[in-house]
Amino acid sequence: MAVFRETVPRTFQEKLFELNWSVVLLLLLLGAVGVGMLYSAAEGAWNPWASRHFIRFLLGIAIMLVVALFPPRFWMGMAYPIYLGALSLLVGVEFFGESVNGAQRWLDIGPVRMQPSEIMKIAVVLALARFYHDLPPEKINSAFGLLVPAFLIGAPAALILHQPDLGTALLVLVTGAALVFLAGLSWRIIIGGAIAAAFIIPAFLRFGLEDYQRRRIFTFLNPEADPLGAGYHILQSKIALGSGGLTGRGFVEGTQTQLNFLPEKQTDFIFTILGEEFGLVGGLAVIGIYALVLANTVAIAAECKSTFLRLTVMGIATTFALYVFINIGMVTGLLPVVGVPLPLISYGGTVMMAVLFGFGLILGAHIHRNAEPPRGAGLFG
Amino acid sequence: MKSDRQEQQLKFTRRALMMGAGGAAVFTALGARLYQLQVIETERYRVLSEDNQFNFLLTPPSRGRILDRFGVPVADNRDSYRVVMIPEQAGDVEEALGRLGNIIEITPEQRERILRNVQRAPRFRPVTIRDDLDWGNFAAINLQTPDLPGIIPEVAEIRDYPSGPAFAHILGYVQPAPEADAGDDPLLRHPGFRIGRTGAEAAREDTLRGSAGSLKVEVNAFGRVIRELPEQSNPATPGEDVRLTIDADIQRFAYERLDGESAAVVAMDVESGDLLALASTPGFDPNLFVTGISQTDFNALNQNEYRPLYNKALQGTYPPASTFKAVVALAALEAGVVNTTERVTCTGSIQLGNREFHCWRRQGHGRVNLRDAVKTSCDVFFYEMAQRLGIDRLASAARQFGLGSAPEIGLAGVSRGIVPDEQWKLSRYGQRWSQGETLITAIGQGFMLASPLQMAVMTARLASGRSVSPRLYLDQPADQGQELVQDPAHLDIVRDALRAVVHEPGGTSYYTLGGLGVEGVEMAGKTGSAQVYSISAAEREAGVRTQDELPWRLRDHGMFVCYAPADRPRYAVATVVEHGGGGSRAAARPARDVLRLLIERDPSAAGPFVQNSTGSQPT
Repeated sequence: MAVFRETVPRTFQEKLFELNWSVVLLLLLLGAVGVGMLYSAAEGAWNPWASRHFIRFLLGIAIMLVVALFPPRFWMGMAYPIYLGALSLLVGVEFFGESVNGAQRWLDIGPVRMQPSEIMKIAVVLALARFYHDLPPEKINSAFGLLVPAFLIGAPAALILHQPDLGTALLVLVTGAALVFLAGLSWRIIIGGAIAAAFIIPAFLRFGLEDYQRRRIFTFLNPEADPLGAGYHILQSKIALGSGGLTGRGFVEGTQTQLNFLPEKQTDFIFTILGEEFGLVGGLAVIGIYALVLANTVAIAAECKSTFLRLTVMGIATTFALYVFINIGMVTGLLPVVGVPLPLISYGGTVMMAVLFGFGLILGAHIHRNAEPPRGAGLFG
Repeated sequence: MKSDRQEQQLKFTRRALMMGAGGAAVFTALGARLYQLQVIETERYRVLSEDNQFNFLLTPPSRGRILDRFGVPVADNRDSYRVVMIPEQAGDVEEALGRLGNIIEITPEQRERILRNVQRAPRFRPVTIRDDLDWGNFAAINLQTPDLPGIIPEVAEIRDYPSGPAFAHILGYVQPAPEADAGDDPLLRHPGFRIGRTGAEAAREDTLRGSAGSLKVEVNAFGRVIRELPEQSNPATPGEDVRLTIDADIQRFAYERLDGESAAVVAMDVESGDLLALASTPGFDPNLFVTGISQTDFNALNQNEYRPLYNKALQGTYPPASTFKAVVALAALEAGVVNTTERVTCTGSIQLGNREFHCWRRQGHGRVNLRDAVKTSCDVFFYEMAQRLGIDRLASAARQFGLGSAPEIGLAGVSRGIVPDEQWKLSRYGQRWSQGETLITAIGQGFMLASPLQMAVMTARLASGRSVSPRLYLDQPADQGQELVQDPAHLDIVRDALRAVVHEPGGTSYYTLGGLGVEGVEMAGKTGSAQVYSISAAEREAGVRTQDELPWRLRDHGMFVCYAPADRPRYAVATVVEHGGGGSRAAARPARDVLRLLIERDPSAAGPFVQNSTGSQPT
């Protein structure tokens, strides 16, 4: 057994045996909750959302399993090409993107319609993991070790912010920062950076935001003050959640949901349906599933031998955790409305694919946890 | 190298666990927030969700009608097609108006008003866009409602005044409540809800309005009504009808008879005090005000020299002139300062101190007794009576006959008129009363002023001998008053003289009227003319001799008061024609025609005076 643990599985059977089935099971559970909530959002109908969500989910799980089978060496090799591809798609959005609700986020490539910013979330993680994998530890705090990650994070964040999509830009920024932290940045620089941020962020709030973004942040502080304006979403969401009580009104029984008081209920506000129809019990159960998924991924990361795998797993886990936290924080009125979906439950194809692709990488990392790919040849010696 | 890697891994694990702990804390915070919303504050949100789901729609009451004395509606409600907008649902109001503007006409004026109303009210409150659409436009809007969010075509009641201008001054009109009065009253703010702004509509608002009901409805997030819950709703209580004492036919006849003049007619039942007509010409169409009169139309009415917006019957005051002489004659008889046989010599003028007071007839009336003086309207005779009575007794007689105080008929703006005396002059002008002023008061000139309504009351009191008071609403008690004279014989003398004015040669109305025109019924009357401008010596030199040669606004006011039947009075009519020249010229015939119609419509008034055996009944 001990011998087995030290080796890297090579055959398909070996790999399947090493699959982290508890994570897979938890993900299946989340997908099922999503299908159920979308069924309710359509007033008890499979169309238009639940059925498509179900098919996408199955497709995503298949992709996840395929991704998990690839060796880490493959993904290391793909890290920079994927990153550059995602970056050029973001630039493409800037010029050819399709506008939805006043924001350019979508790109049409033949039959595929996607949000490059979702791909970028994984691409940034892979690129940073590869970079730190190749970087000798003593160079982490050097100018080179600081500037390259700053660019890798900053360039896509700026492009996404310009779409404008504040939520995703912040997500990329925070995920990147988490990876830099996990890579071993010295506390001195962290504290110095925090102090600098204390000055830069207020300035950014003042000058760097679109009007609607600033308004959203400020009305979040007191949504009742403007119940029919920008605070409407938060207030309606809180009403739906609060009226759900301890055990909820029952499946497809939520009046606020069924009477359309909830805005964008099938996407960003899906959690309110859950809260209204299943109450605190349902809400806590879903949060619990997410927490279990995350606990599992942290454990996977800790087991990985290589920097690339550790950072990849933690980076994707961080993105996932941020999705959950920002979304639920938003619908419960703890955070401003920034338009972040609830992973695997909210309706939306690109996000689901990106999330399941990410979990493919996590599961792959678990399978290949003992692999120790060499530092990138040629790039840094 | 090995330890370096282990240290790296350890450092990573440490930091990963730190992040994991942070994540756990954050997720705990989410759970705590859910607990706060769904357990601690759940009651509050449950109530809010009810509010979200249910809404009370206000159902405005149906306004009470206004009927004439026989129950004929003179202010009624009719269905009107209109279109309202709920700004909250319309989104961009300007754009919504633009789209609607492709279907129906929205003038820049209306557009401005709509935008102003949208600004003022909360966004969920409907705002009227256009009232009183025709069926074609209404159908066109209905057809396109799916493309017009927040635009709602509806059928509502609107006020209708079928008689138009003839009743304008009595009824007034309804309009949306002014912003200041509406306050937070949801009924007053309800689009299309109107309150009485003038006339009986305003005076009897409390009776007519009724009270609003509510309809509980279930709505979705877009405010669209999904379900009505009538069992949890209160129906509106409609307003009550108000019944006037006015006879709509008499009113319309009186109005039309004097249309074209600037005049007022008041007809009254001398026994009950019921006002049967209360017309002022020219009038205006109150329907224009209901749907919103245009500025040009309003300016035209407001600047018209004949003042159509003004109710001359109640608000206009004029010197009663010679119509007051009958009261003076009666007062002189009652005071015992004259008898029926005494004659006063009229030489065309009398001298008082160093002033000369003229009779209207320059060459004089010769020796006249009281009956002649009334019949021929001899001024000199009444100058003499004035001196014998003095101003106090003159003024008190005037007041007894209803002058100098505003009759309470339940309409706003009724004039008091003026009955001058020593006290009045002192407080008004700070000057002492002069004897000459007593003289001209006795012929109803000088300071004395009375409204056409007061002249009608005066005439009704002469006719009935009682202090009858006018009333406009049938639901108010009639006041027949008390006997006004100590000796009924005195009244008979004056009435006989007033009959002679019309029926005997030499009477001031003998040539213009000569009688009522109803077989077997005689009338009594008195002319009057109030000087507006006195033709100067210079003008006389220049050849201006008669009223007709003066500009309209400088001509005398003509007035005529009358009643019939002469020997058992039932109806009194008073007419003032502004700048109509002397009383017998413009005022006498219209007044007589109204009086004749009254008698014709009331066979019982004429009946006893017709020979029963002939069987001929006036119709």
